Amino acid sequence: MKVIVCVKQVPDTKGGVKFNADGTLDRAAMLAIMNPDDKAGLEAALRLKDQYQAEVTVLTMGLPKAADVLREAIAMGADKGILVTDRVLGGADTWATSTTIAGAIRNLEYDLIITGRQAIDGDTAQVGPQIAEHLGIPVISYAQDIKIDGDKVVVQRQYDDRYHMLEAKMPCLITALSELNEPRYMTPGGIFDACAAEITTWGRADLKDVDDSNLGLKGSPTKIAKASDKVRKGAGEKVVPESPEDAVSFIAAKLDEKHII
Amino acid sequence: MNLEEYKGVYVFAQQVDNQLSSISFELLGKAKELAADLKEQVTAVLIGYKVKDLADQLAEYGADRVIVVDDPELETYRTEPYAHALASVINKYKPDIMLVGATAIGRDLGPTVSARVATGLTADCTKLDIGDFPLVAIPGKEAEQKHNQLLMTRPAFGGNTIATIACPDNRPQMATVRPGVMQKIEPIKGAKAVVEEYNPGFTPNNKYVTIKEVVKAVSDVADIMDAKILVSGGRGVGSAENFKILEDLAEALGGQVSCSRAVVDSGWKPKDLQVGQTGKTVRPQLYFAIGISGAIQHVAGMEESDLIIAINKDEDAPIFDVADYGIVGDLNKIVPQLTEKIKAMKAAK
Repeated sequence: MKVIVCVKQVPDTKGGVKFNADGTLDRAAMLAIMNPDDKAGLEAALRLKDQYQAEVTVLTMGLPKAADVLREAIAMGADKGILVTDRVLGGADTWATSTTIAGAIRNLEYDLIITGRQAIDGDTAQVGPQIAEHLGIPVISYAQDIKIDGDKVVVQRQYDDRYHMLEAKMPCLITALSELNEPRYMTPGGIFDACAAEITTWGRADLKDVDDSNLGLKGSPTKIAKASDKVRKGAGEKVVPESPEDAVSFIAAKLDEKHII
Repeated sequence: MNLEEYKGVYVFAQQVDNQLSSISFELLGKAKELAADLKEQVTAVLIGYKVKDLADQLAEYGADRVIVVDDPELETYRTEPYAHALASVINKYKPDIMLVGATAIGRDLGPTVSARVATGLTADCTKLDIGDFPLVAIPGKEAEQKHNQLLMTRPAFGGNTIATIACPDNRPQMATVRPGVMQKIEPIKGAKAVVEEYNPGFTPNNKYVTIKEVVKAVSDVADIMDAKILVSGGRGVGSAENFKILEDLAEALGGQVSCSRAVVDSGWKPKDLQVGQTGKTVRPQLYFAIGISGAIQHVAGMEESDLIIAINKDEDAPIFDVADYGIVGDLNKIVPQLTEKIKAMKAAK
């Protein structure tokens, strides 16, 4: 069984956000981590490796430094890492990104592709389903449990007030929620392997059945008109009451004033 | 792609168990405004099995026309037959704008359909306007500025930033819209829409998954997104048991209890009560933030509330930056007394 896990290196949003002059993200200026939902997807794949000896390949698209998340994945137990990087791929929206990743995956054999539901930078949840669409395979998004049954996969799919147990024939693509599991830590042996591991690097020329007009900033249907730090509404009135009674009187007066009571 | 051929503002009318979801009405409310700006019509796309009866309700909430795709394959939501239905409608009717709710269904359907019809999709929008792209014409290139474009505004980075996005060269302009943000119109009783039925044909292929089981969460609590008053608790409440004091306050106020992510992660409250970026967006008339520090992800889900009152013992808690009234103090002492005070005030009226 062969599993591909798509991971993304994302800026840790705790460190603040920086932009380039053209409104796109300045990823180079921010601290980078493996996206949490992707890490849960990787953990799900590694459990398939533990149980069924699945071969786990991690794939990422990004700047050359995104190889760091591939090494982290190998240190956790993944077998191989593929980095898709090329200047012409920069500034891609979800359409161009999913086109690129699908073009890379067409070079590989797979039974299952696992992506995270969404990345903490863009929060779109679009790239996973779009990769499946480009590859013509079924997608099961929002997976909170994954089981293998012969050539089929049985997935518990979360909805707002319910879940569906879905069965799909492989190959298929699953998007994972971070609630799916608790990702394992890197092992000392794994870290040793990761340092020695060769990361395969692919560029534009290695993408299969992809048109230039669908890549990078130019190939992105969506364009940023404006990006900015969010303007927050100003703070209101803050009080430090002498006693709980004073606090209660203060709140009660406000509720009365606003006709809530 | 001849962009001129694409006309009208379309809404995916989500239904579950043959009941229209609230987001469908919210989208219609927004679509009506956009259509007025563009002098175009509002079309609802209703997909399901035996759902035609829902068309009148869509008309009452603002649809001029309803396209119904009705087929036994569409009884319960599955990505493939629904994506085929919506993509076929788009290819046949050529909408200028296609709005989908950013629900668990819409965030699955939207990307699949946008990839299939080869257009852009902007996720989780909180604001939609008609305007120019670029916003300001480039000097000397005034003729290249496009008018009557859908400008889609969305938060990113967990609410740290906000971006406005356009889709100038592809149609339809697609967006998923965050539930609870757009306003429904007051329903127009007896309004009728033009109803058109369309069935593109459904032939199961490798992309059709099998639903083995549907398990509904047993929940007797009302949706927090509909509440007028929310009493929301965070990690500072301390324990599942201690939520009792918040429940008492909510009851006295005629409101409901909600919570922050930390509370769900601790297992004190179920996920459907969670407010925030990964939970629900709420805009009640009154929002009590009790023992909630106010992480940016939480604030993203509640900052549009009419009145925010925060109680926290940490004077520097970021929740005080968005609260209309911030009270620095011990929630364990303040909340029970406040409940008694409110009961007394109500009794006196």
